[in-house]
Amino acid sequence: MELSPILISIKTASLSIIITFFLGVLVAKLLVDVKNEKWKMFWDGVLTLPMVLPPTVAGFFLLFIFGVKRPLGIFFLEFFGVKIAFSWSATVLAAVVISFPLMYRSARGAFEQVDENLIFAARTLGLSEWKIFWKVQLPNALPGIASGGVLAFARGLGEFGATSMIAGNILGKTRTLPLAVYSAVAAGDMESAYQYVAIIVVISFVVVISMNYFTMKERGGKG
Amino acid sequence: MSLEVKIKKKVKGFELDVDFQVDQDTFGILGASGCGKSMTLKCIAGIMTPDSGFIKLNDKVLYDSKNKINLKPQERNVGYLFQNYALFPNMTVLENIGVGYKGDKEEKDQKVKEMMEMFHLEELKSKYPKQLSGGQQQRAALARMLIYEPDIMLLDEPFSALDMYLKEELQLQLSDLLRKVDKETIIVTHDRDEVYKLCNRLMVIDHGKVLACEDTKEMFHDPSILQVARLTGCKNLVDIQWIDDDTIEVAKWGVRLKVQEDKERKATHIGIRAHDFIPYQEKPEDIENIIPCSIAEVSEGPFEWNILFKTSASEEQIYWKMMKSGMSNRQMDFGIKYLSIDPKHIMLLTKK
Repeated sequence: MELSPILISIKTASLSIIITFFLGVLVAKLLVDVKNEKWKMFWDGVLTLPMVLPPTVAGFFLLFIFGVKRPLGIFFLEFFGVKIAFSWSATVLAAVVISFPLMYRSARGAFEQVDENLIFAARTLGLSEWKIFWKVQLPNALPGIASGGVLAFARGLGEFGATSMIAGNILGKTRTLPLAVYSAVAAGDMESAYQYVAIIVVISFVVVISMNYFTMKERGGKG
Repeated sequence: MSLEVKIKKKVKGFELDVDFQVDQDTFGILGASGCGKSMTLKCIAGIMTPDSGFIKLNDKVLYDSKNKINLKPQERNVGYLFQNYALFPNMTVLENIGVGYKGDKEEKDQKVKEMMEMFHLEELKSKYPKQLSGGQQQRAALARMLIYEPDIMLLDEPFSALDMYLKEELQLQLSDLLRKVDKETIIVTHDRDEVYKLCNRLMVIDHGKVLACEDTKEMFHDPSILQVARLTGCKNLVDIQWIDDDTIEVAKWGVRLKVQEDKERKATHIGIRAHDFIPYQEKPEDIENIIPCSIAEVSEGPFEWNILFKTSASEEQIYWKMMKSGMSNRQMDFGIKYLSIDPKHIMLLTKK
């Protein structure tokens, strides 16, 4: 069994969850504060799109935007010397784009569930909006945000469709665990496939258990 | 110390349009749920913004639509006690009380300590809100509010989240506290007992409009407006016709009654409090205002009898309430065939 897919998957999933987590929480907070309901709905639609589109279609769009002959692709290549398409960074890009809606939606739901009277009370007590966010909104939304983070991590780890479109399936470079399973089966190497599958099942199970733990904590906190 | 409020706000199918002044003491706002009383408080605190109008607290203009002034809640120095107390669940009682105190640490610790003593919270300081009883939460929320020395206290249905038996005890505690801190206070409630016990002046709101605003005891004694009478708990409200300056006809009860003389004959309704009737088994002599009737329904409360009477016209029932005294533990005597009412207990009302 080739070990590189395991390492690549762990690296990709770890970096992408960090990006997704902060981006998701930030965007959720910004959107919760939007007053105009129509704009809120519009942006929510745009931000959720990667989750409802088939991953290959999302990957197609990424290729369209970041491909080496596309404006953004050229921009990154010329100014930063970074080639995104078909490089390791593309696996991260794909994982972030696909897992972002899960993070953003969970965080938004968690923020919206915080009793608005808490925020009103904090205002009448003279707390600044910044302090209200850090001391009231975020801590009380934390269990929901954390479970969203776990979900997004699992989704990023399992990403296949968009990754194969924008990053390809290059052994030792962009071949993540899900792609390795696919390649092993395609090549008739069932033994490797079993091992990759076992690893993914174990990680996913741990993720589900930790999800349940956070939800349990959330319920305990509300009572 | 004074608060001036004159605001309008439209939301779906509802329009708030209130205009009142609070000069001192404890001011009550009474109204049915959804009448706009909480909205009024929220506008004063800056949690909601009115469409137009003017709010001034002492010499500070909080809101003025003409001059485009709208202070943030943080700048208003208005204390707000929420219906559910809104303690921060992620903080202990100690942290809740000191959460936004601006000052150096020693000063803050001292202030927090004072508040904890004042509200008997020392033993609960490291507990989280969900570990507290309703009454304890209320005390913690009051402490958290008072540490900022607000210019005015707004209490939004302060007792609605509590169990019945706690309510009365806490009402006494609160009225004691209000005397101690001696701060202008507005209490919003739908509970007439609460306003009667706690408020010197009372404003009644109905569908976003001010119906009446005067001394609380005076308002209960002589509501003069039909809706106010209903909100102050008057159970017998019927429309009337004037016969002459001191006689009315109550068609729905099939009787004519003597009332206190009113040359203008403005009243369109009368109100009679449930406990003001006097019952008779046989028709009494030399007594005015006798209403022949018969018992329709009896319900026994823990401390009183509630009895509904039918009259011969039998369109509108009469509601009578008698406290059980220490003596009448025995079975209620139900042979009542007449009720009488003293003219001075008949409240003349107009509809507004």
